[in-house]
Amino acid sequence: MDLAVVVVIQILYAVASLALISIGLAIIFGMMGVINFAHGEFLMMGGYAFIISYNEGVNFWIAMLVVAPVTVAVIGVVVERLIIRHLYGRVIETVLATWGLSLFLIGLAATVLGYHQKGVNPPFGTIRIGAYQEGGYTFFVILVTLALMAALYAGFKYTRWGLIARGTMQNAPMASGIGVNVDRVYATTFGIGAALSGLAGAILAPIAGVLPEIGVTYVVKAFITVIGGGAVALAGTGAASFLFGAVSQAVTFLSRPVVGEVALLVVAIVLLRLLPLGITGRYFRRGL
Amino acid sequence: MNRNAAGLWTMAGLSLVLVFGVPAVVETFALIDFTLFIAMAILSLSLAFVWGFGGILCFGQSAFFGLGAYTYAVAVINMGESTVPILLGILLPVILALVLGYFMFYGRVSDVYLAVITLAASLVFYYLIGASAGDEYKIGSARLGGYNGMPSVPPINVPGDPSKPIEYEALYVPAAVLLAIVYFGLRALLASDFGRVLVSIRENEARTELLGYDARWNKTIALAIGAGVAGLAGVLFCAWGAYVSPTVFSLVFTAQIIMWILVGGLGTLSGAILGCVLIQYLATWLGETKIADVNIVLGAIFVAIVLLVPSGFVPMFARVGDALIRRRGEAES
Repeated sequence: MDLAVVVVIQILYAVASLALISIGLAIIFGMMGVINFAHGEFLMMGGYAFIISYNEGVNFWIAMLVVAPVTVAVIGVVVERLIIRHLYGRVIETVLATWGLSLFLIGLAATVLGYHQKGVNPPFGTIRIGAYQEGGYTFFVILVTLALMAALYAGFKYTRWGLIARGTMQNAPMASGIGVNVDRVYATTFGIGAALSGLAGAILAPIAGVLPEIGVTYVVKAFITVIGGGAVALAGTGAASFLFGAVSQAVTFLSRPVVGEVALLVVAIVLLRLLPLGITGRYFRRGL
Repeated sequence: MNRNAAGLWTMAGLSLVLVFGVPAVVETFALIDFTLFIAMAILSLSLAFVWGFGGILCFGQSAFFGLGAYTYAVAVINMGESTVPILLGILLPVILALVLGYFMFYGRVSDVYLAVITLAASLVFYYLIGASAGDEYKIGSARLGGYNGMPSVPPINVPGDPSKPIEYEALYVPAAVLLAIVYFGLRALLASDFGRVLVSIRENEARTELLGYDARWNKTIALAIGAGVAGLAGVLFCAWGAYVSPTVFSLVFTAQIIMWILVGGLGTLSGAILGCVLIQYLATWLGETKIADVNIVLGAIFVAIVLLVPSGFVPMFARVGDALIRRRGEAES
């Protein structure tokens, strides 16, 4: 029984962390049709911003929940103005340009920030479940991800800004015609996606640590999850994270972590064969 | 003389220089470096064909390359003679491509979704072969070695005679000949009916199908041809360094191939070779001189090219050349 609880928690954690690393990419892809391949580096920079500011004496929660997202959001807006805005509507070109950006940022981080950052221990200690122990931070990650998804849903669905954003994504010329500043909506959306990536990087930093190349491990999973989910950002990412996270974690329990990774990839391949436009190409098409 | 013929003669001349001229003037050490560039150029050609002419953005070209390299390594260690392993190193990637192609194209997967499937496929290899450390993972007498890779892979030998290896600088000439064969082979293929249908599918799949051509079949075949060429490049790479490791399946390696083509110009074959050699040379040079971080420089170049020279260098030069010829023609007339 205790084992079952631990297994369920681990699976939920796998799902949550997958959703967490994907959500920033999903917002940018779903809303703007741009694949940001420097997404992993946004996470990496969020992690660095958190760890460096924390080690400089900033409060743990402020460093994680404020400094990291704000830093990466600013970088994101700069990137959008300098590079992305020239490439709207051309998915492949955005992939290639941001791929170059990702290399650039890896090199920059390696040169400027270096490999030797002091780690940060996850807070909350451990929680006993019968004969097993589980890190309290695991629950924190699950809850934060749920809260984020809920907040995003509410933000897009019920606020005036969310309405404008959705309208712009559905029909940019029309939105522009009724007086919306489309340029600014794009820049803001990209900034929000970047902020979410920075936050995710910071939240995962105590567990995964930070390295200049750490983004590569994130971006592949995030990319596969977002594309597997399809064009509808929240519902797609949620559904795909659930499917991929649950399968990969369940297989990991039954055999080894490597087989879990492979299972995730194989499920993604089969899924895209059956649903060539991702999950939301067929289901939840009117979702968010 | 039209531009196509002029280009053909230029490339023929260049290949002669590459095969006969270069070994006569270049030092042994540099010749060994050049051999690696040639293997990479063949790989670059394979994706230039699949992506530039088939319109298939394959993020998994490294899977075919790596599979070719590993197949060669395993087979040659077991057989001790290299002719059959080379052929297997081409055949297995082709089979993989046929399976993947059937899977993707007959499921009407396209665009960025196709990129994800091919990327996922190459990462499956990355993880599986990476996890193969230890004595229990071996095929025949060949140990796969996990992330440490497979060292001491025997070299290519004179067909039928394992006692006469073709290694170090001796590998250069056969490699250069293979590069020329691949280049002109692909050109001939593109000039054939199949090539024209392929380009037509790239331009407008629906119209081509309405004319009665099966886009699914043609794309599958294109992917398989590209895979065979990539497999050959993998064999050369593995024989050149006597070594192969799972990094050939990694995302970073895939990114490199795409970059070569983008630099040289998508939709050209000569551009793929030029881009590959330029970038490889630049990366080696930066790595040796340590003037700047390789990633920073390559990344900046990559972004700049997508934004400023989206067609790549070879088409840009061609346009400049055309403009010059036209101006001279106007001046004479």
